[in-house]
Amino acid sequence: SHSLREMVSAALKQGQITPTELCQKCLSLIKKTKYLNAYITVTEEVALKQAEESEKRYKNGQSLGVLDGIPIAIKDNFSTSGIETTCASNMLKGYVPPYNATVVQKLLDQGALLMGKTNLDEFAMGSGSTDSVFGPVKNPWSYSKQYRERRRQKPHGENEDSNWVITGGSSGGSAAAVSAFTCFAALGSDTGGSTRNPAALCGLVGVKPSYGLVSRHGLIPLVNSMDAPGILTRYVDDAAVVLGMLAGHDPKDSTTVQDPVKPFTLPSLTDVSKLCIGIPKKEYLVPELSSEVRSLWSKAADLFESEGAKVVEVSLPHISYSIVCYHVLCTSEVASNMARFDGLQYGHRCDIDVSTEAMYAATRREGFNEVVRGRILSGNFFLLKENYENYFIKAQKVRRLIANDFVNVFNSGVDVLLTPTTLSAAVPYLEFIKEDNRTRSAQDDIFTQAVNMAGLPAVNIPVALSNQGLPIGLQFIGRAFCDQQLLTIAKWFEKQVEFPVTQLQELMDDCSSVLENGKLASMSLKQ
Amino acid sequence: MWARAVWLSLRAPFGGRRGFISTEDPQGSGRITAEMIEHLERLALVDFGSREAVARLEKAIAFSNRLHAVHTDGVEPMESVLEDRCLYLRSDDVVEGNCAEELLQNSHRIVEEYFVAPPGNIPLPKLDEQEPVLHS
Repeated sequence: SHSLREMVSAALKQGQITPTELCQKCLSLIKKTKYLNAYITVTEEVALKQAEESEKRYKNGQSLGVLDGIPIAIKDNFSTSGIETTCASNMLKGYVPPYNATVVQKLLDQGALLMGKTNLDEFAMGSGSTDSVFGPVKNPWSYSKQYRERRRQKPHGENEDSNWVITGGSSGGSAAAVSAFTCFAALGSDTGGSTRNPAALCGLVGVKPSYGLVSRHGLIPLVNSMDAPGILTRYVDDAAVVLGMLAGHDPKDSTTVQDPVKPFTLPSLTDVSKLCIGIPKKEYLVPELSSEVRSLWSKAADLFESEGAKVVEVSLPHISYSIVCYHVLCTSEVASNMARFDGLQYGHRCDIDVSTEAMYAATRREGFNEVVRGRILSGNFFLLKENYENYFIKAQKVRRLIANDFVNVFNSGVDVLLTPTTLSAAVPYLEFIKEDNRTRSAQDDIFTQAVNMAGLPAVNIPVALSNQGLPIGLQFIGRAFCDQQLLTIAKWFEKQVEFPVTQLQELMDDCSSVLENGKLASMSLKQ
Repeated sequence: MWARAVWLSLRAPFGGRRGFISTEDPQGSGRITAEMIEHLERLALVDFGSREAVARLEKAIAFSNRLHAVHTDGVEPMESVLEDRCLYLRSDDVVEGNCAEELLQNSHRIVEEYFVAPPGNIPLPKLDEQEPVLHS
């Protein structure tokens, strides 16, 4: 069975279901899927209270909009007032922000129900959501009927659960939360692919908006010049709804552009013959790309061509340096951004009182994991006086070359680029951890990272299942601030591929009670 | 420790010039000296914690050296993708604040409206005066 595009908001408006019922259904699913470890904090009381208020509004015919009464989840590196925000690190365990991130406030102002804060790689550093102080996140697709059926064919004497696959990262908790139907949308963050990567591995739509479109105020920063809040949903329409609510200038974030932005509905494109799709085959067709992903990429290009679009091969000559460039810039900015964690004003503080420096050093040793410490040290290396010119400035120059590559391609008439998002479908956790975090990030970010360099909008669209029954997605990259056009094309593509919906074991077991509302779970938000 | 002894003996004739990367291989393997380790730990105020971490940094440096193959003559460094736009500045009006109490709540050690810090201006002990931090 697959999704019927019915409308949750309409159902709420017509009273077919109340916000409280919807909230409770999602809370119950969160409990049932606890083993996924998607949530760090579940805000049950808050959500139910918000549901009650939403219900009142619907009764009085005063709903705030499409998102009123809709369960959402937020990655735990966004500040939420009165709710613990940990960044999955010991450094911030117990930290309760006194304010909401702008994007959180905007969602709450629309009446969305906050189900909880989701798990991530510590401080958003990683591509697996495996380096969290709260433990790794499991991909719900590890438990789907499709994956289990295919695994059953393989003899394995080990524990049933030992072959679970990763969600990807670093926004893995948010991806797992949406993919397991515990919410309709979730916020992630995207610095090198951290929203698009888990979206691909969990079969979701993952949007990285143009840099400067959505406020970063309250998003605990990793790389100020590349971070973007990301959106994870099951459908492109839903992502468009959320993006429309979040986009726009924020006086609290001076890196948001002042161009006027209005919420938008995506037109239903029927004619793609005027489009030009760019395929950066030369640089993106790497040997490590799995044959399945390659095949889907090729089929997608063919699909556009068969529908009349112009499909051209393009070149991004400096893109192969993107990962190295990112490594230098990222670690350098991290070295600076992590300096604020000294134990004095917030967060973890050690017991040493001998001197400020000794206190800072011990606090940071205790608070940060190896990955974070490693990046801080690398960053400090690149920022040393004798290295500054050769590494940091050099990387900034290479960044310009990469950004220019994209400008040149778009100036040649290309509307969007079509690329893979990841090298393959999700890999088993036990295999993933064989390499260290930096190596994995360098491998996994290869298709997504350059987009952050150039500040462009990009989206992952789930396309099909692998031989193992695991999701594979493809990425569209658009021109700066042409997010609406990007999502319009993505929506057309989504309609063509008809990606299958998860059949989680619990949902199957819980057949009767869920089936009548089962359509609800896989519904789109759109009115 | 022997690496540090070697460097100390080399430092004097060079008048204190600190060359941290092994000079035979300036941009090759990126070997890290003990002095560099100490310097970075002091700047970053985090420690490596293990030899593996040092090895990882060496690998990271070797990885980053690939940047030098790119021709960037005449290319300006890019700091922000929004460099063509003006940064927004708010008008200089007080619109929020007076939340000292809220802000103090997240600290472990406060006295009245002060965050309490241990005494400053005390440098971290040098490597050979410290407990050995590097574990094998």
